[in-house]
Amino acid sequence: MNWMAWTLTTGVFFSVIAVMLIAMTVWELRCPSTERRGFLPIETSRGDRLFIGLLSSAFIHLLFLGLTELSLWIALTISVVWLAVVLRWG
Amino acid sequence: MPMTKTKTLGITLYILFVLTPIYWLLNMSFKTNEEITGDLSFWPKEFTFDNYMVIFTDPSWYMGYFNSMTYVALNVVITLMVALPAAYAFSRYKFLGDKQMFFWLLTNRMAPPAVFLLPFFQLYSSVGLFDTHIAVALAHCLFNVPLAVWILEGFMSGVPKEIDETAYIDGYSFPRFFVRIFLPMIRSGIGVSAFFAFMFSWVELLLARTLTSVEAKPIAAIMTRTIGATGVDWGVLAAAGVLTILPGLLVIWFVRNHVAKGFALGRV
Amino acid sequence: MNKTQNNKAWLLVLPVFLLVAFSAIIPLMTVVNYSVQDIFDQNSAYFVGAEWYREVLLDPRLHDSLLRQFGFSGAVLLIEIPLGILVALMMPTRGVMASLSLILLAIPLLIPWNVVGTIWQIFGRADIGLFGWALNNLGVDYNYAANPTDAWFTVLLMDVWHWTSLVALLCYSGLRAIPEAFYQAARIDRASKWAIFRFIQLPRLKSVLIIGVLLRFMDSFMIYTEPFVLTGGGPGNSTTFLSQTLTQMAIGQFDLGPAAAFSLVYFLIVLLVSWLFFTTITHLDNRK
Repeated sequence: MNWMAWTLTTGVFFSVIAVMLIAMTVWELRCPSTERRGFLPIETSRGDRLFIGLLSSAFIHLLFLGLTELSLWIALTISVVWLAVVLRWG
Repeated sequence: MPMTKTKTLGITLYILFVLTPIYWLLNMSFKTNEEITGDLSFWPKEFTFDNYMVIFTDPSWYMGYFNSMTYVALNVVITLMVALPAAYAFSRYKFLGDKQMFFWLLTNRMAPPAVFLLPFFQLYSSVGLFDTHIAVALAHCLFNVPLAVWILEGFMSGVPKEIDETAYIDGYSFPRFFVRIFLPMIRSGIGVSAFFAFMFSWVELLLARTLTSVEAKPIAAIMTRTIGATGVDWGVLAAAGVLTILPGLLVIWFVRNHVAKGFALGRV
Repeated sequence: MNKTQNNKAWLLVLPVFLLVAFSAIIPLMTVVNYSVQDIFDQNSAYFVGAEWYREVLLDPRLHDSLLRQFGFSGAVLLIEIPLGILVALMMPTRGVMASLSLILLAIPLLIPWNVVGTIWQIFGRADIGLFGWALNNLGVDYNYAANPTDAWFTVLLMDVWHWTSLVALLCYSGLRAIPEAFYQAARIDRASKWAIFRFIQLPRLKSVLIIGVLLRFMDSFMIYTEPFVLTGGGPGNSTTFLSQTLTQMAIGQFDLGPAAAFSLVYFLIVLLVSWLFFTTITHLDNRK
């Protein structure tokens, strides 16, 4: 596995993603969600909202990198809040 | 009817456009290099098979065709074996994460191959598959399996569910029902998925070249040999090119009757 | 079709999942790892954080090739989709001629991509190629190796030659699925050719056209082999598309980090576009 060039940061990153996916699966098995309409223009299920939240978080980070000199921790904080908002009200 | 005439003229012109570059390649493959680089002629003055003989007598040339055929065939078989049950699941059942899974499969057609080449090389080296036919066949599954699942799912959705239910009531087990009743009903779907798997595996070069060095080297990668220190051996290059077109022609001939129905991928 | 809820269906999907995950997830993780490090060789790599991302997002060379890429993919879709529909409408509907034109049209699809490049490389040359020779004899100063406009024209023409057949065959099979009764009704109403196309044929082509557009967008967006063989990205950088820029960075200069960072940015862009597209289709389908 040496050639995969793991670093602590990316290790943590993928672990978090994996934990999220597992948690969502368990949650979904315990109490299945139905598609509903929130502030997003389409009907979404919980999994859809997670995907939308993660993808837009990626773009939030890219915007911060490309347009500002600010620390990525700010972008991360915004993304976490955004993800929570999308999951709850999206 | 004047309309039909315009149509015939239009389609003839378009087919001419498709065929002209191929005619030129074919024309060149029967010429000597002196004639190719000399005056332009529409038909070989000295008709020669020498270019083809170079390929047919040299194992390092014709083994390239053998290698390509081998991994393409392996790929088609693997693709169909795994895609058929999966497509059935997608067309008949709702399950946890089905839509997300379907989309994730499709995204694998989108990854830019260029940067993924090195990890691919290392991945297949680390499991000891480098320079084998199976490595290329497995790597090509990355973009062929999703497409096959997509196509087959379309065809299977067209088969009414009552057929499954009747078969189960009649006492068929799932595997027996699947092989004896279901598969024959989606014959053209299978033909078309096989055709697409063949097509994308046969035409792909980047991955195939990266994952092989000698033993499983594809013909398309061997062709670059014709560019030597003394310039390009145009005649042999053209002959090798012509020979790469033939397997495709053969395959399209076999599926021609399914194509009309099949290209719609079952979703009309 | 109403589907039954059954999580055991996962067992049927598992082989596909494992097979694709092996070839997709491990390399993807590796590329993510590369993108945050400065890699010299197997054993010395230094963590640089988001440095490469910042660098590639501000790199004019990558902006140029991304713009070129959007231009190319846009042009490809604008030409190939209407032309493909037109060809499909002109194709004979039955008999030997129908099979024959099907087979002939499918030929370009089955040629290895570097051979496609080679065919056009030869075909467009003024000294040994029919096309280049003919153009020059007609008094057009055409040289795809020296003139950027000619190079673009040739790459586009090659792609049209290569892929319009896919769109045409998709549409052809879509047209064959329209019941004859629809046309009879139209004839009774004395509908014009255009009305038949607009209100009978086009709606029935929707689903195959979606497949065609999606496939052509994804494939043209990562085009590499054909222009590489044909023009080598030149003259200058005029036909250097995204994949080629990335390959130059990753393999040519061994700048693995920046190349990995940018291919992830690129992957995110394609992911977004395709997701929007995919969601729109499925939601349109559901509304019906």
